[in-house]
Amino acid sequence: MTNDAFISVRNVKKMFGSFQAIENISIDIAHGEFFSLLGASGCGKTTLLRMLAGFENPTSGEIYIDGQPMSDVPPHERPVNIVFQNYAIFPHLNVRENIAYGLRKQKLPRAKRNEMVDEMLDLIALPGYGDRKATELSGGQRQRIALARALILRPKVLLLDEPLGALDKQLREQMQLELRALQRTIGITFVFVTHDQEEALTMSDRIAVMQGGKLLQLDTPTGLYETPHNREVASFIGTMNFFDGVVTAESGSDLTIDTKGLGEIVAPKRQTTYGVGDVVQVAIRPEKLQMADAHDPEAAHSVSGFLQNAAYLGERSHFYVTIDGVERPVAVSSQNINGSGTGFDQPRKVWLNWRKDVAVVL
Amino acid sequence: MGDTAASPPDPLLHPKRRRRPLRGLMQRSEAIRAYILMSPTLVVMTLGIVIPFAILITISLWTAQGFGFDTSLTLNNYAQANEQPIYNALLFRSLKMSGLATVATVLLSYPMAYYVAFHVKRNKMMWIVLMTLPFWTSYLLRVFAWKVVLGYEGVINSGLLATGLIDKPLEFLLYSQSAVVITLAHAWAAFAILPLYVSLEKIDRSLLEAATDLGDGPVMRFLRVTLPLSLPGVISASLLIFIPTTGDYITPALLGGPDGTMIGNLIQLQFGPVNNWPMGATLSIILMLWIAGLALVFLFLTQLAKKKLT
Amino acid sequence: MSKTSYINRPNRPLQIYAVLFLIFLYVPVLFLPLFSFNDSIYVRFPLEGFTWRWYIELWHREPVWNSLMNSVKVGAATSVIATALGIFAAKAITRYRMPGRGPIVGFVMLPLVVPGIIFGVALLVLLSRLGVPLSLYTVAIGHMIVCLPFAIATLIPRFEGFNKSIEEASADLGENGWWTFWRVTFPIVWPGVLASLLLTFTISFDEFIMAFFLSGTEPTLPMYIWGQLRFPQQFPSVLALSSLIIFVSFFIVLIGQYLNRDVQETLVKKDT
Repeated sequence: MTNDAFISVRNVKKMFGSFQAIENISIDIAHGEFFSLLGASGCGKTTLLRMLAGFENPTSGEIYIDGQPMSDVPPHERPVNIVFQNYAIFPHLNVRENIAYGLRKQKLPRAKRNEMVDEMLDLIALPGYGDRKATELSGGQRQRIALARALILRPKVLLLDEPLGALDKQLREQMQLELRALQRTIGITFVFVTHDQEEALTMSDRIAVMQGGKLLQLDTPTGLYETPHNREVASFIGTMNFFDGVVTAESGSDLTIDTKGLGEIVAPKRQTTYGVGDVVQVAIRPEKLQMADAHDPEAAHSVSGFLQNAAYLGERSHFYVTIDGVERPVAVSSQNINGSGTGFDQPRKVWLNWRKDVAVVL
Repeated sequence: MGDTAASPPDPLLHPKRRRRPLRGLMQRSEAIRAYILMSPTLVVMTLGIVIPFAILITISLWTAQGFGFDTSLTLNNYAQANEQPIYNALLFRSLKMSGLATVATVLLSYPMAYYVAFHVKRNKMMWIVLMTLPFWTSYLLRVFAWKVVLGYEGVINSGLLATGLIDKPLEFLLYSQSAVVITLAHAWAAFAILPLYVSLEKIDRSLLEAATDLGDGPVMRFLRVTLPLSLPGVISASLLIFIPTTGDYITPALLGGPDGTMIGNLIQLQFGPVNNWPMGATLSIILMLWIAGLALVFLFLTQLAKKKLT
Repeated sequence: MSKTSYINRPNRPLQIYAVLFLIFLYVPVLFLPLFSFNDSIYVRFPLEGFTWRWYIELWHREPVWNSLMNSVKVGAATSVIATALGIFAAKAITRYRMPGRGPIVGFVMLPLVVPGIIFGVALLVLLSRLGVPLSLYTVAIGHMIVCLPFAIATLIPRFEGFNKSIEEASADLGENGWWTFWRVTFPIVWPGVLASLLLTFTISFDEFIMAFFLSGTEPTLPMYIWGQLRFPQQFPSVLALSSLIIFVSFFIVLIGQYLNRDVQETLVKKDT
């Protein structure tokens, strides 16, 4: 366990019968971090979150929170609180009773308790809602009540299980910003589960990408997007073009790769351990490819192709370009900077140019 | 579940936390918590079903001897039950009468359930409650009501006499097999309607529209879509009526007369006036075996029919 | 969308059938109160005239009051215990991953389909082998077995009606199992608990077969009626008693169904 880790997941496995939900995961989360678990449904992210909350126990391995081992600690004694995907607002209680639910043990005088609830109502921007029935609330309001109900207990960690999934797009984007701001204000650790990569990139300090119960990559948003460690992460987050190739030379921090279709190209080596003769893939993001009428002598690399399809999306356009020797059409994205579109709207021959350091070797 | 494989944390590293093994087990194993919650019910059901049945089987292997039992185990009772024509006759009569009552109830209840499921728009709940309400009142009293209706001087006879349609009471009404079958069908109607209704209500209306769209008229649509999809309801309704009615003895006792006596009355006699408990136990077990066998055959046949239909 | 589509357009013959069916369902039972006010010792047409006398006679008959009290005692004990056990069982069945759940539920629901006489004689044999004298207690034991499946079947939809995460939220907010049950689970399932109490009480109150085999010297109300049925001259007072019982049973069950109405609503699919 590293010293500054506030939550430490050590070699945790989880079996449901014979189904392995989590395969030997270790994660350290720092104090005050906004940490996201990202993956498609069934990847194990919710199971991991529920193990942090105490609703599931690891089949093997241990979870430490604030230095304490958590197995055998039931959910009601853990210093964490959770916001459920469906919010789990108590239907038989009003808003005030819902928010004050966890305060029973503190045996506060009524006035003090009401004061705390009112403070929370102010924090979630629902002042005066205390006497509303739980069943009279909209989705966004229920989400805020669930948040207030958890935060009033001043947990060391707040767990959020896809809390924005049920909201419509506009409200979701607003809540993303509010949640992030709230987390900065109160400064506690947030562990956030989502299947929405854009949401994870917007909000998180670090993101753990999971698939099939395994941890694929743990990195900052920039790291995940710019330098994915494997093909799964590269294709899960954003769009990515892949080119098959073989390493032909190694020089300092660069690899020279002979690719089908693109010819011989140079790409930074980064964390990979590939050497001459290894079969690799080169990955390039659509927006890193510049489409032009001619070969750009400034660019490190250049290849000609045939523009098949163009899709106009408003602020940018997507293009699909076929290149001899490359199986799938290459995706290209470009900003619509001038007011008259990109000019590439008819099938024709084009050039793609890119800088050496944008290519990622996988 | 494989929770035992968890490696405990090093106690030297975390001396603060006291280990509570029992509580740890409770916290870790949902199955154990579930079984603890379930246990009072299971204890009651074991004491009330399993143990009595075991003893019933045991006693059926004993022999009545005056007021006591010869406790040496023998299959004599079963042989006797098989040889005595009256036992077999009553058994098959019971199965036949229950079978008739079951068929009648399901056939009569199906249109009713169909009506509520497909044609009632408002106050569906009211219809369901109305259909099932009589079921919640005393079975004895509902049977008694039929005695009042069918009796020698009962509603039908005295009514017909008063209007001059007949000049002598109809004797076949009471104390006959048909009286028992009518009463059973009436008394168990609610048991048929609920499963039928639920299976019909579940049918996706767009399937029926699709069948119509693909060229089926109302009759073919019913035979090819509605009926096969409601078959689970028909099966459970049939079993829910057939099984309990075979053992009934209130209805035959009050309305059956000598012709309408069923196996339940015979069993009751063995435990009452005849005081031959081992034979009563034997007959109970033979009845159970027949019911179980027939239910399995019925399930098998309906599975077969389902494959044919679809 | 229009409520009447091609599929469920009105069907007059079916409607008439349904009304006749309901009439057929209720008419035999309604003859009991009809004749209970008839001023004649004979249960036959034509009616002789209106009278309260069978009810008044009933009022002064001590065995009726005794057997009524017996039935109430047995019904109260049975319904409370069956409902309490039913709450635990319904929670276990709906809330936990319980290995062997299917067979366990099947086993518990067995009394719904096995003929009552079999349970009656089986319990009778057990009790007599154990040397337990027959009494109201043994009747209550028999009724427990009849009522428990109904209690569980009434409560299961209540537990299924609210998400498990509501109880988890309570645990997460610091309440242990005991407090979670009383602060969250019980208030939410309460209407189902009340419905279960009323329904199981009615079943026990009306039950005859178990009582027939398992009661000792103190009869329950149905046992008392059974005894009176042998004497034709008692018919009118039995009619009066039956009418009262049917009326009270209808009333209690209607309250139970009303309390449980939002669960029952799940039986009614939204018409699209």
